[in-house]
Amino acid sequence: MKQVPIVELQKVGVTYGQGPDQTEALVPTDLTIAKGDFVALVGPSGCGKSTILKLVSELLEPTSGTILFGGRELGAKPMRVGMAFQSASLLPWMSVRENVMLPLKIVPPFKADFRAKKGGEYRDRVDDLLAQVGLLDFADKSPWQLSGGMMQRANLCRALIHDPDLLLLDEPFGALDQFTREELWQTLQALWLDRGITVMLVTHDLREAAYLASRVCVMSARPGRIIEDRAVPFARPRPIDITFESDFVSLVQDLRGQIVHAPVGRTEDAA
Amino acid sequence: MTRTMEKIAPALLIVSVFVVWELFCLMAGISELVLPRPTQIVAALVKYAPAIWPHAWQTFYTTMVGFAFGVAIGLSLGVLIGSSKLAYKTAYPLLVGISSVPKVAVVPIFVLWFGAGTVPAILTAMIICIFPIVVNVATGIATVEPELEDVMRSLKATKMEILRNVGLPRSMPYFFASLKVAITLSFVGSVIAETVASNKGVGNLMMIAASSFNVPLVFAGLMVLAVMGMSLYAIFSVIERRMAGWAMRKEVQ
Ligand SMILES: Nc1ncnc2c1ncn2[C@@H]1O[C@H](COP(=O)(O)OP(=O)(O)O)[C@@H](O)[C@H]1O
Ligand SMILES: [Mg+2]
Repeated sequence: MKQVPIVELQKVGVTYGQGPDQTEALVPTDLTIAKGDFVALVGPSGCGKSTILKLVSELLEPTSGTILFGGRELGAKPMRVGMAFQSASLLPWMSVRENVMLPLKIVPPFKADFRAKKGGEYRDRVDDLLAQVGLLDFADKSPWQLSGGMMQRANLCRALIHDPDLLLLDEPFGALDQFTREELWQTLQALWLDRGITVMLVTHDLREAAYLASRVCVMSARPGRIIEDRAVPFARPRPIDITFESDFVSLVQDLRGQIVHAPVGRTEDAA
Repeated sequence: MTRTMEKIAPALLIVSVFVVWELFCLMAGISELVLPRPTQIVAALVKYAPAIWPHAWQTFYTTMVGFAFGVAIGLSLGVLIGSSKLAYKTAYPLLVGISSVPKVAVVPIFVLWFGAGTVPAILTAMIICIFPIVVNVATGIATVEPELEDVMRSLKATKMEILRNVGLPRSMPYFFASLKVAITLSFVGSVIAETVASNKGVGNLMMIAASSFNVPLVFAGLMVLAVMGMSLYAIFSVIERRMAGWAMRKEVQ
């Protein structure tokens, strides 16, 4: 099967700030994400995981290197991304349905239709997605009437409603209790299987990475770089019980070892 | 039982204050030239009602016109300053500087430029209420959660789209909260300007009444001002609750 790269980072480095306040966040790094991939980025806090997501979503320009999208330079063709963070940041003056609809008001080509038809025809589209994550009964509620887990479900929907080429998740379940978190893992896996989306997930939970991802990229401490790119072979759909199986547990322990014993900062550049 | 108690307690307190005031004046034999009794004030209110009415209307009019201009200017400036970090940082010190000048001090300048009368009262009412509106609106817009801003920017939303969909609606509770403060300030500004330099308005009425030792009328004017001030505040509190009920709920994380 030919792998179509959706995003390629080529020797991409990031340094924040100028002069004496400089922080090198990312040592020149290569990373390729193929269409349909589910990649988890793990690593110690402050190693540049969020920075990589910001690069891919064009919120941040790399200090050095090139980012290609679909084999072309980023910006040549507009790439559609959806993002979700740990804080759901839903708009409290809108219903859950309106919140999820928001990207359709902004992203072409939906935007034009939205203006013309006041969004009426997108209602079904939103409701289908809400039904898929089990939120349909709450579509007319206000965000503050939802539990934390439900807010994150709505947050996921908002990041997916405009059919993004790439779904970027920055510790989306970090603030949830273990039980709710595992429920959301299953929801996200189901969405991924159903919609054939491409996902980059930043997390500090290694079990989450191992359960959800097809590939886990381990990063070194700041300035970050990818020190391990590991395929996760478990068959899908993965039942939650898999997290207790020995293969799974040893994978998680392996990843933990990688992070704990990671050499700090730059050691490459030998070649 | 306690619920109804809570509701009527404020009214009860006001009534008792008036009763104590009345009794105190009667028992201490205080002259109405010093402190008229509430009943005397009410009598003056009734007696002079036709004379008070045009003045009250004038005060209301200058307050509302000044306030309307102040809201328009304050809202526009607030949006402008809140939408740009540079504008925020540049303009904020100036705004704080302007706000720390006692606004009463500008009344003579307005009189110098426009003559005594309606215009200085309107301008004072306007200038005195701009600042809290600007600050509140700018704060509402400038404090949009960074995550939300990233979500919007990753959708390639323009600055205008972010402002329209997120910044402005988000700043509305701040805006409406500032209105009830602003209307009170406008009212104060208007009365001060009338007192200093006008031949109309409740402030002016009180000045004239005082100079002719018509003390009950002075206090009648004060009552009119108190009732107007409280009503304006109450009206804008209700508007605030109506317009931004969601903000009174718990914040969404
Ligand atoms: N806007 C910024 N300005 C300066 N330094 C930053 C900025 N954003 C992140 N950093 C620094 O860059 C490093 C990587 O940040 P980040 O990518 O957010 O880490 P992670 O998400 O892995 O915890 C951190 O040390 C952080 O302090
Ligand atoms: Mg981070």
